[in-house]
Amino acid sequence: MLAPITTAHYLVLSAALLLIGTVGILLRRNAVVVMMSIELILNAVNVNLIAFSRHLDQVNGQIFAIFVICVAVAEAAVGLGILIALFRNKETVLIDEIDLLKW
Amino acid sequence: MLETLFFYAFAALALLGAILTVTLRNAVHCAISLIASLAGVAGLFLLQRAEFLFAVQIVLYIGGIMVLFLFVIMLVNLDAAARERQYHRQWIAGALSVVGTGLIFAYFLTRGAESLKLNEPVPAGPRNSEAVQMLADSLFREYLVPFEVASLLLLIAIVGSVVMAKKRI
Repeated sequence: MLAPITTAHYLVLSAALLLIGTVGILLRRNAVVVMMSIELILNAVNVNLIAFSRHLDQVNGQIFAIFVICVAVAEAAVGLGILIALFRNKETVLIDEIDLLKW
Repeated sequence: MLETLFFYAFAALALLGAILTVTLRNAVHCAISLIASLAGVAGLFLLQRAEFLFAVQIVLYIGGIMVLFLFVIMLVNLDAAARERQYHRQWIAGALSVVGTGLIFAYFLTRGAESLKLNEPVPAGPRNSEAVQMLADSLFREYLVPFEVASLLLLIAIVGSVVMAKKRI
């Protein structure tokens, strides 16, 4: 018999997803994969919000998750637009080769 | 019992997809594993009785954002990037900060477990068939102003992304 699922399970899963996303953002060189890792992190936050929405039996967590998704969509659209402009000007998507502001 | 099995299946899908997204070399493969991960998270939403968010996750993330990502991957030439080194030279600093964040999470999860009663299963209760209606009521009454602000944000994002991607303004 398997143990029943608690809110702690969801929180641990959400923390693991967020850490994997952080690894992607900090360690990968490809800017497209970095943006995908940002999506992973926002999804981990949504798992957390939904878990607490169920835990506290309130609907507010789901509403915040809707707003998070909304911001994620806006971020993806603008970010990918910036990426295309960047590739047109610098001919690279490797983020450590884009070092104009580096001293 | 069945819920436990489904939780582990969806959690494994989400975690495996996430790990493959971060580790694979080809960006298209990364995008496809990200789809798997997002589908796993959508299944978790369904298990947590967030049916509306389940639908939004499928339609918006898997249908919308991933198509956007794949378009950009086709538009931006990634063949040269796939042959290069995939990880930063400053990977030690990155790994240290990830381990630090993980320790902070572990500390707060163990501390908060008792006071928030996280380790007890959530009571099942009667199946609420009006969950989406409750969500809509709250969204269009209490959260009406944030809702309108979000629509404004999306409008700005649409215009901004077109301006960014355009060759000559």
